[in-house]
Amino acid sequence: MSLQNIGTVYRKELTEALRDRRTLISTMLVPLLLFPLLSVGFGALAFTLLKKAEEEIPKVMVLGGADSPGVLAALGASKKMEVLPATPDWKDKIINKEIRAAIAIPGGFEASLAQQNPLTIEIYKYEGELKSSISAATVEKNLKDYRDKVVESRLDANHVPASVLTPFLIKQDNVAPPEKVGGAAFGGIIGYMVILLCLTGGMYPAMDLTAGEKERGTMETILSSPISRLDLVLGKFFLVLTASLVTAALSVLSMGVSFWGMQQLKALDISKNPDAAAMQLQIKLPAVLSVFLMALPLAVLFSAGLITISLFAKSYKEAQSYVSPLMILVILPAVAAMLPGVELTAKLALIPILNVSLLCKELVTGTYHWNFIVLIFLSTCVYAAAALFLAVKMFQREDVLFRS
Amino acid sequence: MIETRGLTKVFKDKKRGEIRAVDGVSFTCAPGQIYGLLGANGAGKTTTLRMLATILEPSDGTATVCGHDVVEAPQKVRANVGFLSTATALYPRLTSQEMVEYFGRLNGIPEPELKKRVDEIFTRLDMNSFRDRRCDKLSTGMKQKTSIARTLIHDPQVMIFDEPTLGLDIMTARTILEFIRECRQRGKTVIFSTHVMSEVEKLCDVIGIIQSGKLLAEGSLAGLREKYQEQDLEEIFVKVVAPHYKPEEAA
Repeated sequence: MSLQNIGTVYRKELTEALRDRRTLISTMLVPLLLFPLLSVGFGALAFTLLKKAEEEIPKVMVLGGADSPGVLAALGASKKMEVLPATPDWKDKIINKEIRAAIAIPGGFEASLAQQNPLTIEIYKYEGELKSSISAATVEKNLKDYRDKVVESRLDANHVPASVLTPFLIKQDNVAPPEKVGGAAFGGIIGYMVILLCLTGGMYPAMDLTAGEKERGTMETILSSPISRLDLVLGKFFLVLTASLVTAALSVLSMGVSFWGMQQLKALDISKNPDAAAMQLQIKLPAVLSVFLMALPLAVLFSAGLITISLFAKSYKEAQSYVSPLMILVILPAVAAMLPGVELTAKLALIPILNVSLLCKELVTGTYHWNFIVLIFLSTCVYAAAALFLAVKMFQREDVLFRS
Repeated sequence: MIETRGLTKVFKDKKRGEIRAVDGVSFTCAPGQIYGLLGANGAGKTTTLRMLATILEPSDGTATVCGHDVVEAPQKVRANVGFLSTATALYPRLTSQEMVEYFGRLNGIPEPELKKRVDEIFTRLDMNSFRDRRCDKLSTGMKQKTSIARTLIHDPQVMIFDEPTLGLDIMTARTILEFIRECRQRGKTVIFSTHVMSEVEKLCDVIGIIQSGKLLAEGSLAGLREKYQEQDLEEIFVKVVAPHYKPEEAA
């Protein structure tokens, strides 16, 4: 092994990578744009759509209730919905989104109410359809207000004070510091993004440096030079690793800037809406650095794995079809860590990718379980070393280098 | 100097089983001589030359290049070999000069000397007008010159050319053939493979005819003419190869 040769190969591959548009896009542009777009762009879009759905005055139908003018009047008085006359095809109208909900008032509703004999008012909606659900909730709130008034008048008639209904109060309060609140909400996604971008950042260079080299006919040229195959594969590996880490670093950086931007926007909102303060995301620098540190052996694992797989391919296209399934293989455990209730255990700490993803969730909240950190770092290092060994072995196989 | 003794390469193919691409080939190429390996497609020329360049490892037999064994000391062999074929392409995103410098560094040439040599070779091959142009923007002729410069940068004693003129136009092919001749004049050991009879007739001091991985005939052009009682090399080639030719082997 010669460090000088590895350096020569690395510098040459770096020169070529910096001149390759595909590599530059996947390594630098994607991570820089992804987070601002995701957080600010997508966030703003979702917020606008939700607001629009809430602001819409929904059309609803009241079925029956001819003998119950009181409840009809209460529903009709609401400015938050528009009551339409009932038609027989009300179900189809809900499904076709012409009306958002229907309210069925049973016959003799007010007569039963007077006799203190409770009947059920049914609200029909389109389950899973956002606007229908919001309308149903509006209707329900309206009816609950009406019910409260009925209760109030009954208490009044019996000379009982209204306070009898609330013998004591209940309140929920947060004790976790803001970074833990933010971390619990967003920690999973940060680990997931860093892991995914470590992979995608290395993907194009790995394919370009192996299958691409075969496709362009430069493999035979380089193999005829005196450099050993070990030095050659290591030089290539370090370039792929660099791309992977640069992508991860840029993604963390752009994530930081995006969240900072979001906080500035929210700070404007806080004066109007105090609840927004709880949503503030505060991630401290050490947490970000530790996430990056844990991603390091993972980046080694991905880089070596990508080289091994794409070296087997004869062409860039073939390499892409091998690498795509690998994405799913990485995304699955990374996503599994985001599922609610999945927590780090000694066993899970040995499952590659899932372990780092779970740990990132903890790190972002500022929790450092040192035994897990050591265990996960070491186990990932072992997997990474195995992958690198495999890549070196692969590079010494003639049937792989000259597959036809 | 190149010496092979019983050089053999066996490939394992899932469908066709064991393929003896090169089967017990023995020959010697001396310095200041051009050895021409003549054969049809799939005869075993490329595999033989790849083994000499240590890109492939022999399954059996031995080969030494400049006294170094291809299995024992492959890196030393490669340091003494310039390998050029139509398959040895250039890095598209490097400039002509960067390409040549890269191979100089891989050959361990120290920087000041490398600069001197690059300047010398670029001037000699009349390449200064395109030294800073990227290889993917070069014409075929410029690419060939860059490839030649790449094989010369470490001043190797042995030159291996694998069908170097395949697919080239006449003018570019002539540049290559002139370069091969020049290598002989400089006292290098040259081996080159081709299936073009006229190239062999013009250039080679020794001709080896290879088919189905076996070296079937060897000698100077005059020697082969006398042995097979034919003047035309193509007729000699057909006489030698026909009894062994299996069309399905042609790759």
